[in-house]
Amino acid sequence: MSQFKEIAYQGLWKNNPGLVQLLGLCPLLAVSSTLTNALGLGVATLLVLLSSNIAISLVRHHVPNEIRIPVFVLIIIGFVTVLELTINAFAFGLYQSLGIFIPLIGTNCIIIGRAEAFASKNPVLPSAFDATMMGTGFTLVLVLLGGIREILGQGTLFDGAEQMFGSWAKGLRIEVFHSENHFLLAMLPPGAFLCMGMLIALRTVINNKLQQRQQTAQKTITRSRVTGTTQ
Amino acid sequence: MMLKNIGKNAFLLGFVAALCVLILGLVNQLTSPRIQQQNMISKLAILYEVLPDADSSQHHLLQDCVLVTDARFLGRDTPQAVYRWREQDAVSAYIIETTAPDGYSGNIDLIVAATPTGTVLGSRVLRHLETPGLGDKIESRRSDWILSFNQQPVSDSNLQKWAVKKDGGQFDQFTGATITPRAVVNAVRNAALFLQQHPELATMPANCEE
Repeated sequence: MSQFKEIAYQGLWKNNPGLVQLLGLCPLLAVSSTLTNALGLGVATLLVLLSSNIAISLVRHHVPNEIRIPVFVLIIIGFVTVLELTINAFAFGLYQSLGIFIPLIGTNCIIIGRAEAFASKNPVLPSAFDATMMGTGFTLVLVLLGGIREILGQGTLFDGAEQMFGSWAKGLRIEVFHSENHFLLAMLPPGAFLCMGMLIALRTVINNKLQQRQQTAQKTITRSRVTGTTQ
Repeated sequence: MMLKNIGKNAFLLGFVAALCVLILGLVNQLTSPRIQQQNMISKLAILYEVLPDADSSQHHLLQDCVLVTDARFLGRDTPQAVYRWREQDAVSAYIIETTAPDGYSGNIDLIVAATPTGTVLGSRVLRHLETPGLGDKIESRRSDWILSFNQQPVSDSNLQKWAVKKDGGQFDQFTGATITPRAVVNAVRNAALFLQQHPELATMPANCEE
């Protein structure tokens, strides 16, 4: 069970694909201008990551080392294309709002990265769990970034959610504050880089604090043990 | 030994590639009729949106269509469709696909409904890459701006009014974005002028492949 705990810790915090591995920056920065878009891409990435990790883990013993990368690429792109066609045919509204992001998932290095680093060496269940955690970690960063940028940029949250979830989602839209003039920087790619930098810095600060606390805790433990032996 | 290995790997890679092609081909076969149908539905929905008098029972609108190419007025050097809306066999309106080639980031594809005499009935944006939150106010779901073309005549005497207010015209620009609305205004005006200058469109045989 501790293996799964470790995978979750790696995916969500220690080795977060968005904030630490910095994989998939292109889609991360390009589509996080609103919360809805960010959520859409995050979930789509999660789906592709999950299916590709499972498939690659299943065939890992049958693929020779020399040709594993092209085989993984073929499998991943296959899944991306199947997902795109399926969404286009059966969820046209979703396709219209997600359309351009879906092919972008194929270029996201997280997917080939997890295939190579984890799924090619581990059984199916841990691979699926790893994909879920890495995908969730990525989605959380995307959603955070999308939320910050949407609030800063146009003072709303969930603007345009009805295009993804149907007309009921119109009620999800929250107007945090009203402004006639949008804060353009937050909506444009440079703003995405700035927000991203702040988020990475924030994570590092929290991580350092946590490590310091852990170290001092360990020190006191060892010291008490030392005193224990001398007595 | 090495050659044998290379051969084996090449065969395996080829096998995986063939398998992927097979699966994708199959999925494509299964989904393409539905995708076409969905595209058709959304296209029809837009057509009826710009042509308020039409109702959705008139599917033949999509068939009565000619392809035209005019890079100067329609912004593309590839064919674009003109749909003809007839009442008692006389064309009462055209719906034309057009492109504003001078958007802020790339082409803006539009659909314009206009009478043969050049009165714009309505317009909608089909595809664009304009800045979210600024230029995307040309979409009807984000702002009412595109409705300001409804029932606007184009004639030689009012051409200078077909511009954004900044350029002395009658259409609003957006705060922080002038290039996008300027491009759209020009494209809509040019499409209406194109229809005025080509009365033969009414009698050309329909030649769109559907």
